[in-house]
Amino acid sequence: MDELLPRSLTPSVLGILVRRGADFAAAEDAVQDALVEAVRVWPQDPPRDPKGWLVTVAWRRFLDAARAETARRRREERVDDEPAPGPAPSVDDTLQLYFLCAHPSLTPSSAVALTLRAVGGLTTRQIAQAYLVPEATMAQRISRAKRTVSRVRFDRPGDVATVLRVLYLVFNEGYSGDVDLAAEAIRLTRQLAAAIDHPEAAGLLALMLLHHARRASRTAPGGSLVPLAEQDRGRWDTGMISEGVGILRAALARDRLGEFQAQAAVAALHCDAPTAEETDWAQIVEWYDELAGLTDSPVVRLNRAVAIGEADGPQAGLAELATLSRSLPRYAAVSAYLHERDGDVAAAARLYVEAAGRASTLAERDHLTRQAARLNTADANRAEGPRDGNGVSPPHR
Amino acid sequence: MAKYLLLKHYRGAPAPVNDVPMDRWTPEEISAHMQYMRDFADRLEKSGEFVDGQALAPEGSWVRYDGEGRPPVTDGPFAETKDLIAGWMIIDVDGHDRAVELAGELSAAPGAGGKPIHEWLEVRPFLSAPPTVTE
Repeated sequence: MDELLPRSLTPSVLGILVRRGADFAAAEDAVQDALVEAVRVWPQDPPRDPKGWLVTVAWRRFLDAARAETARRRREERVDDEPAPGPAPSVDDTLQLYFLCAHPSLTPSSAVALTLRAVGGLTTRQIAQAYLVPEATMAQRISRAKRTVSRVRFDRPGDVATVLRVLYLVFNEGYSGDVDLAAEAIRLTRQLAAAIDHPEAAGLLALMLLHHARRASRTAPGGSLVPLAEQDRGRWDTGMISEGVGILRAALARDRLGEFQAQAAVAALHCDAPTAEETDWAQIVEWYDELAGLTDSPVVRLNRAVAIGEADGPQAGLAELATLSRSLPRYAAVSAYLHERDGDVAAAARLYVEAAGRASTLAERDHLTRQAARLNTADANRAEGPRDGNGVSPPHR
Repeated sequence: MAKYLLLKHYRGAPAPVNDVPMDRWTPEEISAHMQYMRDFADRLEKSGEFVDGQALAPEGSWVRYDGEGRPPVTDGPFAETKDLIAGWMIIDVDGHDRAVELAGELSAAPGAGGKPIHEWLEVRPFLSAPPTVTE
């Protein structure tokens, strides 16, 4: 059995239940029950019509729950609340669920959790494991989120930008536990991009694919980070890259540039370079100029300083860096890198230590400490004169 | 079973035997150290004694209540703070002897020159729930 199949049907099944008049929270519980049942039954007895099977089982579960004494009153109220019959809304159910789960009334962490459960079909336990919180905590977060959106009308179009932000958050969380959040984010974004004609949805999908394609080369076997310039480009997933580039080209041709398309364009230029030295940094600077115009984010300007350092030399990069606030995340790391390229090894080593102290992830901290160590020990060896077999690798540039 | 906290300090612990700051090690020594820490946690997971392990950023701030309707007061970070926790591991073991044995192994993690750091770790028992049988 394709284990993704029942989960991929989640949003459309849930949409059907809600259209039949089930309230969102109860319908969502019923669909989860049906998914658990599918995982149990389908391997031995695969249904001919998987979606129909899920709708039938979920609807029965919903009715069972609704028949319970406590639910009866709510069900009667619901009949009163049902909208007057009219022309069927044109917005597709799957899309409506994305809007609902990323509703602006939800906090980002609630929207992420609800999207993974109600659109992604993951269990509360899987989501809790992925975010390293107790299952009871995640269950509360999800049920509060469901209560928050229970009054939201299901037939109004929502804001695509908030949905994209939620999916981007899921993607950026990376990997922990047995659920691959990055792969799940790609699946959900692919589904969204198919349901709606929107250049930024395509841009986000391209961005994800172009980053995911390089994932295997981004960490060494021990888990330490491998910087872009040192990655084994032979391990990049060329199929995924060409898919991402194709999606990006089609999106850019629509001439409605957005943040995600511009970020994907930068990623595409990195993927396009056969070696780090052949990277088209001048064009990357131009894309960061576009991005700066779109977002005015200081993080973009920091990345732009790195690109300028590569395109026009470290002095130019440092001059650009001097216009930014030192309190920006990764400022010290960028400064260290540019100082090293400029030949100021002592300053670079000191800045790498500072950057490690300000790192927000363990892998990044270890990487930056290792950079400082590389410069410090190479420096010590130079002072003591050349030695054989000291096990110190040469500076990578 | 009893839970113990193995605390690692950035500052405030007595000086270790192999006292060289990490940015003066070689990159390979750093990798070996990280590998040792990962292997240690994996081994405790397999033996059913691992509960949690986390690392903390060196800089935080102090916060206190400042009265009804007022935002909390924040202060710091204070460079002179004597005790600065770097991270912890929580273990669930048969008793104090086993906790000490494991802390000893953790303290043997390799540092500069590939030699054990002999770092001082703080071992603190958790206060547990009252037992069922009390007489």
